[in-house]
Amino acid sequence: MTGQGQAMLRLKNLVKTYKTGDQALKAVNLEVPDGQVLALIGPSGAGKSTMIRCINRLVEPTGGEVWLDDLEVSKLGAGALRRARRQMGMIFQEYALVERLSVMENVLSGRLGYVGFWRSLTRRYPQADVDEAFRLLDRVGLLHMADKRADELSGGQRQRVGICRALIQNPKLLLVDEPTASLDPKTSRQIMRLICELCAERGLAAIINIHDVALAQMFVNRVVGLRFGEIVFDGPPGGLTPDKLTEIYGEEDWEATIQKVEDEDMEAAQ
Amino acid sequence: MSGAIGTGSGELEALLGRRWRKPAFIANPLLRWGLGIGFVAYLIAAVLTIPVDWGRVYEGLDRGWQFVTAFAHPDFLSRGGDIWEGLLESIVMTVAASVVGIAISIPIGLGAARNIAPLPVYLVCRAIIAISRALQEIIVAILLVAIFGFGPLAGFLTLSFATIGFLSKLLAEEIEAMDRSQAEAVRATGAKWMQWINYGVQPQVIPRLVGLSMYRVDINFRESAILGLVGAGGIGATLNTAFDRYEYDTAAAILILIIAIVMGLEYLSGVIRARVQ
Repeated sequence: MTGQGQAMLRLKNLVKTYKTGDQALKAVNLEVPDGQVLALIGPSGAGKSTMIRCINRLVEPTGGEVWLDDLEVSKLGAGALRRARRQMGMIFQEYALVERLSVMENVLSGRLGYVGFWRSLTRRYPQADVDEAFRLLDRVGLLHMADKRADELSGGQRQRVGICRALIQNPKLLLVDEPTASLDPKTSRQIMRLICELCAERGLAAIINIHDVALAQMFVNRVVGLRFGEIVFDGPPGGLTPDKLTEIYGEEDWEATIQKVEDEDMEAAQ
Repeated sequence: MSGAIGTGSGELEALLGRRWRKPAFIANPLLRWGLGIGFVAYLIAAVLTIPVDWGRVYEGLDRGWQFVTAFAHPDFLSRGGDIWEGLLESIVMTVAASVVGIAISIPIGLGAARNIAPLPVYLVCRAIIAISRALQEIIVAILLVAIFGFGPLAGFLTLSFATIGFLSKLLAEEIEAMDRSQAEAVRATGAKWMQWINYGVQPQVIPRLVGLSMYRVDINFRESAILGLVGAGGIGATLNTAFDRYEYDTAAAILILIIAIVMGLEYLSGVIRARVQ
């Protein structure tokens, strides 16, 4: 799929300066190869959300380049950008489902970039899309919920609908923004496991913003640490020593966090 | 590490045992009391300047009482034809003006929401709303009666115009207060603008839009009774004639009908809003 062995997603000197003068990203360079799931960690305000929003340009980058395969996303006009966004599924913090639409409508809204306005207005989606929506809902165990309204679902169920909405776009890349921020620890793990499994099944690359370092370490094989808009760590989860965490987050007692990961691994092995 | 916070300062000891009050909204006590006393003094002075002619009030009580007693025996029949005709005209005006007004309000409301419209569109739409709101219904009606002559056409146009100012403004404010993340998620799928509005914005504002529209139908009907006073047709014209002829029993019948219809609309709007919520 990717020509000349180049990475699927490439960020070159990506800069974002907000109108207030805050530099959220300072010349970030990052490459994500096909099929790699990457966790992006860092303190609040480090620029994690800004970074993934700059990739699909929900936030307009101030400078630098964003490449998706051989498409320079940062140069596209409005129409071409919409077509490019179809290839980048996004999963949100607090789910961001349209609450007054049904589960099925929310999932099918992932096809909006592919269907015409009248089809979407009258909710007459192509049969292939409808079948795929049912297949995805079945995969995440929510087939029986298809005609429920989104606001009737629990947090974990909502996020699974959010995952279906992103996957039905048939994306090359998943952008995942704090998927577990408002979920309990057990549901958080289930959601992370589901995202990682689905990425593996479909050979999808993903960038996952996540606060919970221990959770990230459990599921991914590459971690990137962001601090003040700069990448200060890039390596396997095992490389996150107390020193590295201090570099990313600042001074704290990190032994407990790392201890917790080991405990969780034990528990998972049982 | 953690010992650095909360120890070794005399700050806490100084605060313990001291009374605590919520800080006043205006910190300067002189200004705070000055404003309060000044406002009360103005209020008293203002009421005192309103002239009351007690002799005139005494005479008027009698006429007022006649008006009130007329409600005990409203006369629906002797001017039944006129009432029926006026009522039909008002209903036609209300329905037509509401439909046209709401249809025009929706695009203007979208354009007047700063979070979804570009600045030039926003300014144009806000200007339209400002003009519509600045001109009171009666003034517009007088102007339109001058242009189109007496009758319901002037009333219909007046109510449509007034609906735009009311509904667009409130719709725009509802859109501005919507949950951004839901709309953002729809945009991230690659949706076109119209699809984005249909999926990301419309579901969030529809209950409020329906509620406001029903409320506006209600207002338009009541306004149609006023507009008759300046010749813009409807039940108001019949009501005005009844007052001019001192036929308080007929006037009472008309008012009772208006009240009944407004209450009916209120009930209907409650039922509809409960269904779209």
